[in-house]
Amino acid sequence: MERDTNFILGIYDDEDVLKDAVTKVRESGVKIHEVFTPYPVHGLEDVLGYKRSKLPIAAFLFGMLGTCLALTMQVLMMSVDWPMIIGGKDHAPLPDFIPVTFELTVLLASFGMVGVFMVSSNLKPWAQPRIFDLRSTDDKHVMAIDIAHNANIEETKIKELLQTSGASEVNNKSFE
Amino acid sequence: MQVTSSVREPLVTGGKTYKDVTHDVSRQVEGKPTVGWMLGLAVAIGTLLLGGIAVGATVWEGIGMWGLNKTVGWAWDITNFVWWVGIGHAGTLISAVLLLFRQKWRTSINRAAEAMTIFAVICAAMFPVLHMGRPWLGAYWALPLPNVFGSLWVNFNSPLLWDVFAISTYFSVSLVFWYIGLIPDFATIRDRATGLRKTIYGALSFGWTGAAKSWMHYEAVSLILAGLATPLVLSVHTIVSFDFATSVIPGWHTTIFPPYFVAGAIFSGFAMVLTLMIITRKLFKLEDYITMVHIELMNIVIIITGSIVGIAYITEFFIAWYSGVEAEQYAFINRAFGPYWWAYWSMMTCNVISPQLFWFKKIRTSIVFTFLLSLVVNIGMWFERFVIIVTSLHRDFLPSSWAMFYPTWADVGVYLFTFGLFFTLFLLFAKFFPVINMAEVKSVLKSSSEKVNK
Repeated sequence: MERDTNFILGIYDDEDVLKDAVTKVRESGVKIHEVFTPYPVHGLEDVLGYKRSKLPIAAFLFGMLGTCLALTMQVLMMSVDWPMIIGGKDHAPLPDFIPVTFELTVLLASFGMVGVFMVSSNLKPWAQPRIFDLRSTDDKHVMAIDIAHNANIEETKIKELLQTSGASEVNNKSFE
Repeated sequence: MQVTSSVREPLVTGGKTYKDVTHDVSRQVEGKPTVGWMLGLAVAIGTLLLGGIAVGATVWEGIGMWGLNKTVGWAWDITNFVWWVGIGHAGTLISAVLLLFRQKWRTSINRAAEAMTIFAVICAAMFPVLHMGRPWLGAYWALPLPNVFGSLWVNFNSPLLWDVFAISTYFSVSLVFWYIGLIPDFATIRDRATGLRKTIYGALSFGWTGAAKSWMHYEAVSLILAGLATPLVLSVHTIVSFDFATSVIPGWHTTIFPPYFVAGAIFSGFAMVLTLMIITRKLFKLEDYITMVHIELMNIVIIITGSIVGIAYITEFFIAWYSGVEAEQYAFINRAFGPYWWAYWSMMTCNVISPQLFWFKKIRTSIVFTFLLSLVVNIGMWFERFVIIVTSLHRDFLPSSWAMFYPTWADVGVYLFTFGLFFTLFLLFAKFFPVINMAEVKSVLKSSSEKVNK
């Protein structure tokens, strides 16, 4: 897919102004590429219309996998492959298997979820991200609008909209 | 932009803006190391090398270098193991349990507390591994490998094996939780840097951009990890206590152990967080972020957990009498009035009496007193484990095999080694990683909109 290269950036100082601005911009029919913030702004994903993160489901499924693997492993080793009576308990002492089963459930749930997070958010050590504005990891909220995706609306109109919605700066940004 | 509420004391003082937060925290990552830091690192590495001699001797000659004998088969090693694991509990408690309870004051101390957790667990793991005598074999003795590797399958009925799973899961999940929190802050440092530093922190930041979608997933991941880490942290010290409680040694065989150990772990962990944070805030001039409010709240946690521990000590004594089991009764009388009476009464003084001083507001809001008492609590908690382990073992069922335990230089040296390791890792962390979670602190600067410092 050809990556779009020309963007209009609205720079905001305050998270509440930003959230109102996002609502206003979206109501006027302009499509927002993405908003970059230095810290998690609560409620921003709602005004942007993002669907809830599905990562908890991934965690649950990986956790279930951990439970099954742990129980299977312990039963196979202790009860099937080399059954021994230890401490007068039977060959499959399920209560004794609870601690390891719990630990492996937590381990697989955490690592599975984090793995899915890394892949879905494209986080990897060799990633070369496109930084729209260096200040977006410091103290500014940056709203990026893709010009090509809003071809039906004039560029000056979009800039005007950003200005009136409370942006402290409106810039153009092009990538190679 | 900080909001000042008329009701609550602000979590961050000094009217900090977002830019100030970035600047104040990134400062020591970007600047030249201070003299104090270099001196500290030199002492830590020196201790590490000195203790390394004892570790070398232990591995070369075997654990006969330690003061163990056939009656006291567990002593300093397991004491130190439980002590370090206990210290590790505060980090996860602060970052996970306080996140679930929506305690926003956690934001400026969670990063360092989690780092402390990870380093403390590394130190703890040293002891069981060295105690195996041949650690290079021990690495696979503890793993569930097929019988062709020389021994039978590992025994899943044994709490010692549960410990292997508990500690390694705890370590890996804490590490991941910590690293996920670091990613946005590494991105902040990357965006301020040039040259080599930009490349290194760029790789560490995993290409984080701060996109709203990534933050949404990040928040979901943090919440679920906190939800998983909370029962995990409780399970870890529960399982550590099973090492003792599932045996039939008088003084160990008690059902009170799991909650009592968990409370003790939080107690000692918060004391260690206080010790470290009081030094760190001074050294890196972070007094506006780690404020008196934080110190006082941590002291309150210490009063609560210290009192739980105190009640547990008394309950143990009562139950020993009430059970009518002579061996159990003897074990407890011997603890308090036997040859190790001094260890028992050090434990009682440090853990039960001294934290009660924090009921006085003057004392719990005094940096000097807090610092001193945090050291006292850590000494007391070390004695608690020593009392439980050594005094229960040294006079067992047969009086003919009664013995005393005396540490050798190798026992002391291995313990020193873990101190050196812990402080070396912590000082390296404090210099090269942001010690305060910048992104999360920024998110609590403005919680409601009344008066904003621009």
